[in-house]
Amino acid sequence: MTTFWVLAPLMVLAALGLLFAKKAVHAALCLAVVMISLAVLYALQDAPFLFAVQIIVYTGAIMMLFLFVLMLVGVDRSDSLVETIRGQRLAAAVVGVLFAVTMSVAVGQVVVSSTIGLDAANEGGNVEGLAELLFTRYVVAFEFTAALMITAVLGAMVLAHRERLTPRRTQIDVQRQRMREYAETGRHPGNPPTPGVFARHNGVDVPALLPDGSPAEESVPDSLRKRGQERTDVDISAAQRRAREIERGDRKDEDA
Amino acid sequence: MTEYITLSFLLFTIGAVGVIVRRNAIVVFMCIELMLNATNLAFVSFARQHGNLDGQTAAFFVMVVAAAEVVIGLAIIVSIYRTRRSASVDDANLLKA
Repeated sequence: MTTFWVLAPLMVLAALGLLFAKKAVHAALCLAVVMISLAVLYALQDAPFLFAVQIIVYTGAIMMLFLFVLMLVGVDRSDSLVETIRGQRLAAAVVGVLFAVTMSVAVGQVVVSSTIGLDAANEGGNVEGLAELLFTRYVVAFEFTAALMITAVLGAMVLAHRERLTPRRTQIDVQRQRMREYAETGRHPGNPPTPGVFARHNGVDVPALLPDGSPAEESVPDSLRKRGQERTDVDISAAQRRAREIERGDRKDEDA
Repeated sequence: MTEYITLSFLLFTIGAVGVIVRRNAIVVFMCIELMLNATNLAFVSFARQHGNLDGQTAAFFVMVVAAAEVVIGLAIIVSIYRTRRSASVDDANLLKA
C-alpha cells in the first residue's frame, strides 16, 4: 500500500502537468512518468504480464512515436494560450472537478466485498492464464485484433506516404539558383558564415560578426531562429561595444 | 480497491479536461492516451477484486487498440501538418461553413 500512496500523488501531479505544460515535449515527459508509475501499479496488483507490456508498448513504443512526431511537427512553437471560446477553460475545469468529486464520492459509498485476489487465478502462471483466456473465450476478439493491426499498418503507410510532385533538387540546381541570385541581388554565392565567427562567444546561438562589427543574422541555424533562441542584436552589440571600449581604452593608455 | 478506482477516475477526469482545454493536437492525443490508461487501471483493479483474469485480458485488448489508434492518429496529424503547417486543432476548420 505504501507504494500506491507514494505513486498516486506523483501520478496525479504528472497528469496535471499534461494540462499545464506549455511545451508539448514537457507534456510527453509527464505522460511517461504516469505510464511508468502505472506499470508499477500493475505489478502491485498481480499483473506481471501487463507490467511488462505497459513498459514495452506504452513507454517504449507509443511514447517514442509521440516524441518522433513532436520532432517532425512542432518543437519550434509552444501551444498558444489564447482562449478561442470565452470561458471554455473555466467551464472545463468546473465540469472536471464536478465529475471527479461525483465519481469519488460514488466510489467511496460503494460497499465492496473483500478482495478475492488473483492467487488462485495466477496459480498456473499469469501469462499462461491470460493465454488460455485469449485463445479460448476471447479468440474471436483476438482474431479481430489481428485485422485491426493490419489495417492500422496500411492506414499509416497510406497517410504518411507523400508522392513527389516536383523533381528532386540536385546540387547543380542549387548552384544555378545561387549564381542567379548573385546576378540579380548580389547575394554572396558561397556558404553562409558559420555562427560565432569573430564574435565574443563561439556558441551556435551567437551570430557571426561581419568585418564592420554588425552581426550576420543568417549565420545562426534556422531552427534556432525559429525557436527564438538566438542571442539578440542588442546583447551582441552591447558586448561588442564594451569590448571595443576596453580596446580603445587600452589604446589610449598606450598613447599616453 | 476503492483507492485504485478513485485514482483511475482522477486520471480519467484530468485526461478528459485536457482533451477539452488543450489546443495542440499531439497533446490532445496524449490526453486520450491518459484516459485509456486510466480505464486500464480500473480493469486491472476489478480483475483482482473479482479474482479472475478477464479484466487483465480486457486491459490487454485496450492496449492493442490504443497502439493502433496512436499510429493512425499521429499519421493523420503529420499529414495535416504537411498541408496546413500547423498542429493546432483550431486551424483544422475546413468543414466549417
